[in-house]
Amino acid sequence: MALDRFFRRRRPQQQASTDAPELWTQCPACKETLYNRDLDTNAFVCPKCGHHLRLDAQRRIHVLIDHDSFRQLSGHLHPTDPLNFQDTEAYTARLSRAQEKTGRPDAIMTGTGSILGVPVTVAVMDFAFSGGSMGSVVGEEITRAAEHAAQAGLPLVIVSASGGARMQESALSLMQMAKTTVAIEALAEKGLPYISILSDPTTGGVTASFATIADVILAEPGALIGFAGPRVIQQTIRQNLPEGFQRSEFLLEHGMVDDVVDRREQRQYIASLLGLLMKRAVSA
Amino acid sequence: MSTFSDTVRELEARLRDLEATARKTGQNLDTIISPLRAEVEKYRAQQSKTEASPSESTETPRWERVKLARTPGRPTALDYVERLCTEFHELHGDRKFGDDPALIGGPARWQGRPVMLLLQQKGRDTKSKIKRRFGSANPEGYRKAVRLMNLADRFGLPVVSLIDTQGAYPGLEAEERGQGWAIAESILRMVQLRVPAVCVVIGEGGSGGALAVGVGNRVLIQENAWYSVISPEGAASIIWKDATKAPLAAEALKLTAPDLLELGIVEEVVPEPAGGAHTDMDLAAELLGPVISRHLDELGKLSPEELKAQRAARFRALGAFTES
Repeated sequence: MALDRFFRRRRPQQQASTDAPELWTQCPACKETLYNRDLDTNAFVCPKCGHHLRLDAQRRIHVLIDHDSFRQLSGHLHPTDPLNFQDTEAYTARLSRAQEKTGRPDAIMTGTGSILGVPVTVAVMDFAFSGGSMGSVVGEEITRAAEHAAQAGLPLVIVSASGGARMQESALSLMQMAKTTVAIEALAEKGLPYISILSDPTTGGVTASFATIADVILAEPGALIGFAGPRVIQQTIRQNLPEGFQRSEFLLEHGMVDDVVDRREQRQYIASLLGLLMKRAVSA
Repeated sequence: MSTFSDTVRELEARLRDLEATARKTGQNLDTIISPLRAEVEKYRAQQSKTEASPSESTETPRWERVKLARTPGRPTALDYVERLCTEFHELHGDRKFGDDPALIGGPARWQGRPVMLLLQQKGRDTKSKIKRRFGSANPEGYRKAVRLMNLADRFGLPVVSLIDTQGAYPGLEAEERGQGWAIAESILRMVQLRVPAVCVVIGEGGSGGALAVGVGNRVLIQENAWYSVISPEGAASIIWKDATKAPLAAEALKLTAPDLLELGIVEEVVPEPAGGAHTDMDLAAELLGPVISRHLDELGKLSPEELKAQRAARFRALGAFTES
């Protein structure tokens, strides 16, 4: 107990020079220093304040999908630079850096697996890769995941985490909003359920396409969800935004999401819901 | 052709009008005036910078096109409708919340053919521009579009959409009422259409707010219009934290008609009168009308199932990546 307190107090100062940074994480909300193993067993929700930490794709699969059931579909598609996009840095350089950082070709991971034994097709976005932005690869992987679900007769679960369409592929990124919608529509025609989970943050072109045309839309607690970013809105209206604006609970209140579900309860919630919906789909 | 200082003068005049209107009527127009004032200040800052040191960032070929797309006096959607349509019945409201004047529509005859019009309307004078929020729709605009597409499907009316917006309105209330949801539902409804849909970007094609009514069997763009995932100013604010770098962003975004044709985003570029559509509205309409009619005639040969499948395949194919 005393030792534990000793460490907790000392840890933040040591972070810069720590030799084992992977052992500890500071909660971005309550600033508590948390032991990673405790976070891992708590679905990366802060045990102290309940803050839902952002997850990369790997961890998202880990907390959502039954262990050892995941078979990856994505990973074979690689982004290109169709516009030869150059701003303060070349798009290709940005891509290389993001790929190195995340170990994946783009901001998405898809596959099949089960949730408490219920088989699903799943697509999770990776905010760590270029802010989870949707370019051609993300759009194509989402589309293929939906097509796979339709073909295999599986429900689809997508976890969004994205700043929106990717600027560096301009109109091609924009078109992914229509393309993914085409695939979701084909899935709906098959009578298969699609559950969308909105995680922190989900904005822009993802909010305005596949993420919000699901049969059931769930949001993680406290997630920023909206179309326009808060800064843009503030510049337009020149007023302070109300507290909690564009957060999950705000959207629930305004009737835009079906429910706000704690990450630690999502597996149970989804398995149960799909049990009800899939029975209907089969008998219909 | 309009020059940079023309743009500033036009904006300043607009601002003065607005402030006078606000004073006269006692109406609170701050939500309109403030962004406009910011825009004017931004342009003034850019202008003084330009005069001090002419830099590459102020004039670029693609920026010239963006300026043409925004030239005062450029035909708006209703200018084309007045010249090419008869019997336009504007149908108001989304039957849920209200009526959005930035996205309007209804059945009409397009050069004799019955169609359902979806129009992004910017307004033609200061008063109507304010009323129409310069063509930036709220969720009820997109929900009205869905309602009109329901009618189009029911009565077999081909959809003609004229796109002209810098983007969906980024307001607090728009967010409360689900701006992203409304756009997504409009995109989805357009994917589901079993009638022909021809979309033309006639000025500005900004982001999801434009795509919401842009999921056509054919997508066309006028010679001096632009279409992009984000406005040049928006991109410049993100990249350089400086909206006045918009001319550079315009180059990077490859947002002009020839760019989009090359990328396969549009099927055809519709020519404009020399100098731009604003120089001769009648001629601009004469150039646009028959092109849309031709596409409607071609698509008229497809069955409802084929129309939906063709549209799906068209968008399914868009994207650039390599596969290993």
